[in-house]
Amino acid sequence: MKYSGAQIVVKLLERQGIRMVAGIPGGASLPLYDALSSSSIRHILARHEQGAGFIAQGMARTEGRPAVCLASSGPGATNLLTAVADAKMDSIPLIAITGQVPTALIGTDAFQEADTFGLMLAITKHNWIVRSARELLEVIPAAFRIAMAGRPGPVAVDIPKDVQLEQIEVVQWPEPALIPAPPPLAVSELEQAAALLADAQRPVLMLGGGVVHAGCAAAIQSLAEQLELFTVATFMGLGAMPSTHRLFLGMLGMHGARYTNLVLEECDLLLAAGVRFDDRATGEAATFCRQARIIHIDIDASELHKIKSADVAINGDVAQAVAYLRAHCPSASRPSWRQRVTALRADYPLPIDEHAGEFTPYRLLSQIARLVPPDCVVVTDVGQHQMWTAQVYPFTRPRQWLSSGGLGTMGFGLPAAIGAALAQPQRTVVCISGDGSMLMNIQELDTLAEHGLNVKIVVLNNQHLGLVKQQQALFYGERYLGIRNRRAADLAAIARAMGIGGIDLQDCEHPLAALDRALATPGPVLINVPIDPEAMVFPMVPSGKANRDMILARPAAGGGA
Amino acid sequence: MTATYNSGNAILQLTVRNHPGVMSHICGLFARRSYNMEAILCLPLADRRYSQVWLLLDEDARLEQVMRQTQKLVDVIDVRRHDGAVDIFPRLRTVVGE
Ligand SMILES: Cc1ncc(C[n+]2csc(CCOP(=O)(O)OP(=O)(O)O)c2C)c(N)n1
Repeated sequence: MKYSGAQIVVKLLERQGIRMVAGIPGGASLPLYDALSSSSIRHILARHEQGAGFIAQGMARTEGRPAVCLASSGPGATNLLTAVADAKMDSIPLIAITGQVPTALIGTDAFQEADTFGLMLAITKHNWIVRSARELLEVIPAAFRIAMAGRPGPVAVDIPKDVQLEQIEVVQWPEPALIPAPPPLAVSELEQAAALLADAQRPVLMLGGGVVHAGCAAAIQSLAEQLELFTVATFMGLGAMPSTHRLFLGMLGMHGARYTNLVLEECDLLLAAGVRFDDRATGEAATFCRQARIIHIDIDASELHKIKSADVAINGDVAQAVAYLRAHCPSASRPSWRQRVTALRADYPLPIDEHAGEFTPYRLLSQIARLVPPDCVVVTDVGQHQMWTAQVYPFTRPRQWLSSGGLGTMGFGLPAAIGAALAQPQRTVVCISGDGSMLMNIQELDTLAEHGLNVKIVVLNNQHLGLVKQQQALFYGERYLGIRNRRAADLAAIARAMGIGGIDLQDCEHPLAALDRALATPGPVLINVPIDPEAMVFPMVPSGKANRDMILARPAAGGGA
Repeated sequence: MTATYNSGNAILQLTVRNHPGVMSHICGLFARRSYNMEAILCLPLADRRYSQVWLLLDEDARLEQVMRQTQKLVDVIDVRRHDGAVDIFPRLRTVVGE
C-alpha cells in the first residue's frame, strides 16, 4: 500500500505508542496535520510553539517517556528552540518535528524558510533533515531510540513539505524503537567502589537527575539505608528520596541549607549517582568535597572526570550499579558520623523566617503542601519562588518535581503543568510561579481553559523580577534596573478573562481559607498571592565561590555587599 | 603563515557515516567549545556509506573531554587518537603548497 511521508510519520508515532502531540500548524506542516486528522493521536493546540515544546516536556518529565511537539517551518521552528534547549540541559526525551519548505526551495530564502537543521544542531542530542519519504522509516524510530538511549535528550526532525507529500510503497513497518541496553558495567570498578564504601567513615550519597531517569529511586534508598548513607540531592534529583526520610539532607549547592553544604565539606567519600557536578551544585569545583574521595556513576561517559576527577568512575546504568552495590556491600552503621550530622543539622538549619507577615514564602509553600495530595505534581517557573520550593517542598516521589534546572527558563511552568495534567489527569498539578515568569507564557492559560485541567497556579507575587533584584541587591550595590513591573498586571483578572478561575488573596478577608477553598475546588485556577518584595532566598553562595562561603542574610543597610 | 606541526598537536581519526550534516555536527561541537581545528581532511571509504575524517588539533587539557563528546555524536562510529608519527598532514601540505 502507498503512504505519504506525512502518513508514515503519523503511523510510526502511533506504533511508538504516542497518544498526544502538542503543536501549532502552518503552511509547511499542513500535510502532517492532514495525516493527523485521521489518526487516533490527539493533537493539543498550544498558543505559542514554545508552549507546545514545554507541554510536551511536561508529558515527558512526568511519564519518563519521549513526547512529541510539532511546529511549522521558519518562525514555528524558531519558537520551539527554547523548549528544545531546555530539554537538552535537563536530559529530557523530547521529539521536535518541524515542517520545512519544499526541498527545491531550501537555500532560496523562501517564505518562512529558516535553517532549522543548523539551529537545532547545537541544542539536540541529534537532528536530521529528511530528504525522502523512505528515509522516514529509518529516521523516526532512530529519533525515539536516540532520545531514550543512555542519557536521554531531545532530538529534532525537520521534514520538507515535498517529503511529507511524497508517496511510497510500504510493505513492512519498522519495529518501534526500544531503549537500547546500557553499556556493560566494569566489575573491577564496582569492586573498588565497594571497597571505598567499606573504608569510609563519613560517606555521603549525592543523587542527581540520572537516578530519576534510571527509575531506581527505591533501590538507591535501600542502599542508603543499608550503608547508612546520608543523602543530598541536586536540583534535578529532588524527589528521588522522600524529603522526610531520616537520611535525607535536602538540596545541596547555591541555595542549599547550610548544614547540607557543611556535611559535604566534612565527608570523606562522595558517592555521586547520576549527577553532572553542575556549578550551581558544586560552587567552586576545586573546593567541593575537598576531603572526599569520589565515586562517580553515570551513563554518559563524557560526564566522568569532566568537572571533578573521580577516584572511581563507573560508566553505566546507575540502577545496575546500585543493584551490584546492594548485593556486595555489607550493612554498616556509623554512630559518630550520625552524631556529627545531627549536630550540624541542628546548628545550621535553613533560615526559615516566620515573622514577616502571613504570607512568607515558606509558610505559604508548607500550607499548600498540606492542602494538596502528597503525590501531586509540583511544577515551578524560574526565580526565587522556584528556589524556595526546591528548598522546602516535601517531595514524596520521583517525577513529582518538574522544574527547568539547567537552562532556567522563565515561562516553563504553565505549559509544563498543562503537559503533566494531560499525561496524568488523575493527579493534581500545582504550578508555583512568579509574576515575571507567569507573563512569559501567559497565553497558555487559554490552552488550560480549553482542556479544563486540574492545574492550580499559585503566583508568589513580589511585583519584581525577584531573583535578579536579589543579585542587584547583594552584588551590584542596590543599583536596581529592569526588575520592576511598574504597572502590576492583575493576574487573577487575566485568568478569569482567559476562562479559568482567578482569585487574589489580597482581596480576601480570610486569605488562608480562600487558598484552601481554591485548592480544593476541582479544575484550573490561578491564585495570586502578594508577598514581601524584599524577601530573598538564603543561603546563597555567590556564583564562583566555594559552597562554604554562604551569604545567610541581607547585609545591614549601608553595609555593602 | 606556517602551520605548526609538533608535539603540541594531536591527530584524531574519525570513522563517520557519510551523509549530509555529519561535518556540521563535528565542526559545531568543536566550535561551541572554541576548540580550534588546525586542519581537516575528509574522504569517503571504499564502502561509501562511511567516511574517514582526520583532524589536526592543538593539544590542550580539554582534548580528552572533547574526544568523549565526539564519540557521543550519533554519526561518529569510532574515534582514534594518533601521536605525531602520522605524516598525513605534512603530505597534505605539499598538495596545498604555501
Ligand atoms: C527566559 C528567561 N529570561 C531571563 C531570565 C533571568 N531571570 C532569572 S530569574 C528572573 C526573575 C524571575 O522573576 P519572577 O518570575 O517574578 O520570580 P521571582 O524571582 O520574583 O520569584 C529572571 C529575569 C531567565 N531565567 N529566563
